[in-house]
Amino acid sequence: MAVTSGRGVRPKRPLSPHLQIYSPLINMVMSIVHRMTGAALYFGSLLLAWWLIAAATGPDAYNYFLSWCDTWLGKLVLLGYTWVLMHHMMGGIRHFIWDSGHGYDLEMVDLLSWGSLAASLALTAIVWIAVAMGAV
Amino acid sequence: MTTMRTPLKKVRYLGSAKEGADHFWKQRVTAVANLFLGIFLVWLIVSLLGADYATAKQKLAHPLIAIPLLGLVLSGAVHMRIGMQVIIEDYVHGEGLKVVALMLNTFFAIAIALACVFSILKLSFGA
Repeated sequence: MAVTSGRGVRPKRPLSPHLQIYSPLINMVMSIVHRMTGAALYFGSLLLAWWLIAAATGPDAYNYFLSWCDTWLGKLVLLGYTWVLMHHMMGGIRHFIWDSGHGYDLEMVDLLSWGSLAASLALTAIVWIAVAMGAV
Repeated sequence: MTTMRTPLKKVRYLGSAKEGADHFWKQRVTAVANLFLGIFLVWLIVSLLGADYATAKQKLAHPLIAIPLLGLVLSGAVHMRIGMQVIIEDYVHGEGLKVVALMLNTFFAIAIALACVFSILKLSFGA
């Protein structure tokens, strides 16, 4: 019987399927997006810091920040920021439900995953439409 | 004499990182805080749209605004630090690079937190 240590000569063992082999299921995609939005919010904290530092610095710095927010790039970033924040929040709520031990049957897994995506888009739309209509 | 403690006693409540479920729990506690404080932040920003500097400054200096904002910065910094820590540990395999990345991660989170806290306090207490 051939015994190998696994060092040097690699024994032929079956490999588990790699990420790109799986067909993308919604819970898997939402899990990946949750991590990506978390990373985006990590770097997005720079924008929050800029806002607060500008406010603490004075009118010129604050108005410069506001004028940047008013550019198309600024608006795009803020729109993206809103969705990313909402998506990470909704994903977080989904994880709270799963942490509690509930929602693990497959229909519920799919429903929660699609639901968090739909809710994030709806909330982003609500915030921006409310702002655009001057309702707030 | 070697220790009288059993192996089970040594590992009880502790994972391989020697901190048990602490990471998991901190992530959840800060997540709950961030959920409410994040909604507060969205409301705050929306309410300040179109406001001039004096109005914004006055609002940010109010204790009922400044205190939750401080809470968000602190809770958010902890949450994003340990979140990014997991990402780094998942994808950075070289031991040296990983240690450097983890350290930079901590520095980044602390720098953001300090800059924001300083700014909020200056708005409240400064001239």
